Amino acid sequence: MWLLNYLWAFLIGGAICVIAQILIDKTKLTPARILVSYVCVGVLLTAIGVYGPIVEFAGAGATVPLTGFGYAIANGVKTAVDQQGLFGALTGGLTATSGGITAALCFGFIASLIFSSKPKK
Amino acid sequence: MDKQEYKEYVEGRMKKSPILKNCFHAFLMGGAICTLGQAFLELYMVLGVERATASTLASITLIFLAILLTGLGVFDNIARLAGAGTIVPITGFANSVASSALDTKSEGYVLGVGAKIFTIAGPVILFGTMSGVLYGVIYYLVTALGG
Repeated sequence: MWLLNYLWAFLIGGAICVIAQILIDKTKLTPARILVSYVCVGVLLTAIGVYGPIVEFAGAGATVPLTGFGYAIANGVKTAVDQQGLFGALTGGLTATSGGITAALCFGFIASLIFSSKPKK
Repeated sequence: MDKQEYKEYVEGRMKKSPILKNCFHAFLMGGAICTLGQAFLELYMVLGVERATASTLASITLIFLAILLTGLGVFDNIARLAGAGTIVPITGFANSVASSALDTKSEGYVLGVGAKIFTIAGPVILFGTMSGVLYGVIYYLVTALGG
């Protein structure tokens, strides 16, 4: 059974990346715009109840792509609104994603102290 | 080769743009990164961490690895081959933060690193947050009126 978890993570995660690759190759969307779209689509799909079930069986295959970032925001907002009412709409999203954002900022800053950028080829 | 011939040559090359190959690479690398994330997720759960926290920790581990590889100058070489396969997973978000920070070091730590670290991360956080607030307001109204 545990092997199946890895297989679904691989297939779903790979498929989500292929959709973005097609968008990059076939449209004029820049990677930055695709990342922004992916987060917003993740929020939307979670809001309408589609993304939750995908996370259930694909695990990291659905939470690691940036749509999973949107999933975390939407889930956090929903929980916070349930507990605190309308105020939760302001606190839920960033609270749920604070771990990832803070980790990226801290590690990124530390990296800038240790490393220097390599000349671009 | 005159202008017309050159145009035909370029268009011919563009038609053969290796989209299938790109998609194949994106699928393999994207899938591999998510599988690695799944391995960390299950490892943390075996260690007794609750599922939601383990999932965040798995993402943070991938963020750490992506930033380390960016600092060592390896990430760009992988990303050039894998395209969306490294951009779309959380590793791409982490790479954008670290590479902006590294590239702007010479502009100083406040308006260089401090500001430019958000070049790609900023829009992602802004529009993610906006969608979340919009969803929260709608969800509140629906539950308040319907419930």
